[in-house]
Amino acid sequence: MSHGNNNLKEELLRISGVNPKKCMRCGKCSATCPAYDEMEYHPHQFVVMVEEGNIEPLLNSDSLYKCLTCFACVERCPRGVEPAKLVEAVRLVATRRQGANHLKPDDVPGKLDEDLPQQAIVSAFRKYTK
Amino acid sequence: MKVSYFPGCTLKTKAKDLDLYARKSAEVLGITLEEIENWQCCGGVFTTAKDEVATKLSSVRVLKAAKDKDQALVTVCSACHNVVKQTNSAMQNDKEFADKVNRYMGEDGGYDGSTEVYHFLELIRDVVGFDKVKEKVVNPLNGEKIAAYYGCLLLRPGKVMQMDDPENPTIIEDLIRALGGEPVIYNQRNECCGGYVVMEDPALAESKSKKITSNARSFGAERMVTACPLCKYNLEKNGSDLPVVYFTELLAQALGVKEECK
Ligand code: SF4
Ligand code: SF4
Repeated sequence: MSHGNNNLKEELLRISGVNPKKCMRCGKCSATCPAYDEMEYHPHQFVVMVEEGNIEPLLNSDSLYKCLTCFACVERCPRGVEPAKLVEAVRLVATRRQGANHLKPDDVPGKLDEDLPQQAIVSAFRKYTK
Repeated sequence: MKVSYFPGCTLKTKAKDLDLYARKSAEVLGITLEEIENWQCCGGVFTTAKDEVATKLSSVRVLKAAKDKDQALVTVCSACHNVVKQTNSAMQNDKEFADKVNRYMGEDGGYDGSTEVYHFLELIRDVVGFDKVKEKVVNPLNGEKIAAYYGCLLLRPGKVMQMDDPENPTIIEDLIRALGGEPVIYNQRNECCGGYVVMEDPALAESKSKKITSNARSFGAERMVTACPLCKYNLEKNGSDLPVVYFTELLAQALGVKEECK
């Protein structure tokens, strides 16, 4: 079990390029996160929990789909930890699992209105599916 | 001056205005935008994961097409710009990623990250110059109070985008001034509108957009400008009734070519 988690942790660190040891737990990333109220786990918790190998709760959390990729946490972290890259890595590990696409093509027509730019649809597919 | 131009999908469909006004205004300013041939969608958002290669190839191809013509590459849409610029930076700084990309590129030949990428705003500031723009204005904005909305993608991550100070930008305000308007500075101008999460959680996008438009209004804004079709959509759909236009429309209006774009 712990071996599996270690592999997963290594994979997340490798594909994100993030070093969670640089984090000083100041919480500034979460304080500035515009999706804070909607998230079960906040950006600083992604950093801490990945470092601890406590990754399964993150993989199963809707928080992955609330991140706006606004890069505010990346810009404003005083230690250059870049939490959004870790959120993205966890989301990719989740959506790459077979059958785990978060957005189904059949759901899209119900979400459209005549003004919605194409950009919203391609972006959502890139973030929510594999 | 001739530059390579990557318009992107949305500028061919829902955001035709953003593109047409840019092309007309560029002509007035002495710039020829040469559209890249056979370009493909950038994908809308950059994936920061280092092992995502295939999703970044369309951007690499666009960068390489400009390089093959020995031209700078210009974008107008904030999202395309962010994706293309972040991809270029990865090609410059992540050797393992660049090697993988170049193996995919096959007989098209490799790409070394050396294309210069400008957002249209940067082209105006750094190549044309705001003074020159000012000289070309025929319909000044007569002190109209205009709020620049930067959002996320033009500015962040600051160390990659390098357009402006990510926490205290001035580039759009300087343009507004050059066109005879009065820029409105307000706190929310570089906070997120909700972006693509409008597909997943419209209420979240609504609360973010409302906060931005009401903040701009409370500082006296009469109009807002953006460079991003998705920001425009969110601010208009979910924000207030404050009009939101593309910065290229403002430019075309002041340069006296807006009517020709109809
Ligand atoms: S990138 Fe995601 S996690 Fe970071 S501040 Fe923005 S919404 Fe929050
Ligand atoms: S802002 Fe940076 S240092 Fe502070 S808690 Fe977040 S990741 Fe850690």
